[in-house]
Amino acid sequence: MADSVAHRANIIEPPPGMVEKRGSGLWLTHLFMIIGVLIIFFPIWLAFVASTITQPEITSPPMPLLPGDQFFENYKRALFSGVNVPVATMLFNSLVMALGIAIGKIAISLLSAFAIVYFRFPGRNTFFWMIFITLMLPVEVRIVPTYEVVAGFGMLNSYSGLIFPLIASATATFLFRQFFMTIPDELAEAARVDGARPMRFFIDIVVPMSRTNIAALFVILFIYGWNQYLWPLLITTDPEMNTIVMGIKQMFPSGDDTADWPVIMATSILAMIPPVLVVISMQKLFIRGLVDSEK
Amino acid sequence: MEKRVTFRGWGLPLLLVFPQILISGVFFFYPAAQAIWQSLFIPDPFGLSAQFVGLGNFEFLFSDRFYRSSFITTAVFSTLVTLVSMVPALFLAVLADRLIKGAGTYRTMLIWPYAVAPAVAGVLWLFMFNTRVGVVSWYLAQLAYDWNHVLNDGEAMGLVVVASAWGRISYNFLFFFAALQSVPKSVIEAAAIDGARFWKRFFTIVLPLLSPTTFFLLVVNIVYSFFETFGVIHTITAGGPQQATTILVYKVFSDGFVGQDLGSSAAQSVVLLVVVGALTVIQFKYVEKRVHY
Repeated sequence: MADSVAHRANIIEPPPGMVEKRGSGLWLTHLFMIIGVLIIFFPIWLAFVASTITQPEITSPPMPLLPGDQFFENYKRALFSGVNVPVATMLFNSLVMALGIAIGKIAISLLSAFAIVYFRFPGRNTFFWMIFITLMLPVEVRIVPTYEVVAGFGMLNSYSGLIFPLIASATATFLFRQFFMTIPDELAEAARVDGARPMRFFIDIVVPMSRTNIAALFVILFIYGWNQYLWPLLITTDPEMNTIVMGIKQMFPSGDDTADWPVIMATSILAMIPPVLVVISMQKLFIRGLVDSEK
Repeated sequence: MEKRVTFRGWGLPLLLVFPQILISGVFFFYPAAQAIWQSLFIPDPFGLSAQFVGLGNFEFLFSDRFYRSSFITTAVFSTLVTLVSMVPALFLAVLADRLIKGAGTYRTMLIWPYAVAPAVAGVLWLFMFNTRVGVVSWYLAQLAYDWNHVLNDGEAMGLVVVASAWGRISYNFLFFFAALQSVPKSVIEAAAIDGARFWKRFFTIVLPLLSPTTFFLLVVNIVYSFFETFGVIHTITAGGPQQATTILVYKVFSDGFVGQDLGSSAAQSVVLLVVVGALTVIQFKYVEKRVHY
């Protein structure tokens, strides 16, 4: 063990006493990083290649490792005819669900966090503990009874059935509470002296100050909502209401028929584009949201 | 922690918390209570009435060979997912931390698999290892290795583990990288001047300083592998072959919705509830205290 550590140390170690990062080790570091990135990237590359070639090219393995010329053909087929339902419909459903969850959860959480931080009202402590408990239970644990409740309301195959059960946990309330606690008391005092009503203070001071937190949380919740699988699988029996992430599995034929791989892989690529775009274009907010929501 | 300055009145705050109380009451507390309640009954085959059996469902559950083996499957699965997602992430983060130029670019290239849904990751890996068209399984066949995760338990487990860990590497990388960047440079330089080489410094100084992050990620990844990997398992193996990849959450689903055994499924939910509760308590207790040597 000690020997192998010393041996590896010789490979990527800068000369002793030098902490600056340079020398031959640098190239090895880059090499390892590039290999790591390539390995992680490979499954997506393969899916992209498969979405640009024909079915026979895939079913007579090995498939090529460079893109073909069927890009427009396959994506057009996926988007406008799909397998059970056009992928465009599923994309729209996913968008409604992800936006509904992100906006809905942020809205109710902002309001209730404002109430528990800036008011003393009866039941406040009970409410706070309720929030704490909801942090612990993912929807997977209570699926059967939640399904029964949603079915009882006639909300199967509806957007509200997709959205409401997933905004029931209070993670966001907890985060906003933490943030509101850091808003200087002087601001509330000044608002009160000026005779501002609580809601004026909320709209003019608290919400604008929380802008970054709201945006960071939005990024995280959007991805969370977009990537849901089990819940949509249970409550959307009508293909017209399928979301794209759960719809891909439904595109596989039952039995021994061969799957329509080019269309399935094009759908997989389409399913990852929106959340990936969100992560890359809002990288700073995304990282901040992750760190915030896990503290 | 309390605010010194507050507004007066009861009506407004109650109105403000009302939407949240309503939604969590209807879609959270009622179903959770219902799960606990149902776990004490066995419904008759027509669903018209239910017989109170006390802890009978739990006794039956723990005497069930398949349920006990599902516990072991879950333990093996979550240990492997945690290891396979954390070790490469730490390695890549250590490498990225050594770079002054380019670290940001690598970070951008490494983080986005996080955004790929577990179910989509499942489809991607299924495609690579598909027994008929998969590229990787084809090349394995050229090496005279007959890959068949549809029949082979170990290969099925390996595939769902890798597919679950894949996107998770990004997440762990981000946290490890941030933690490494905040290790005080002066400590490292002092050790370097004393002649400690890179890996010596890593194991004696950096790794202990990373322990809060490592512990936090350990808990978060275990929770992830318990609950959020459902999509991966459903798309790749559907719990098979012969329940070899049926983790606890998958069993709640298959017994409750496919097998229609509501009493047992509810009892399983309650067991899971206890498991998550315990994990959360551990997380709060230790993450708050911060683990250090």
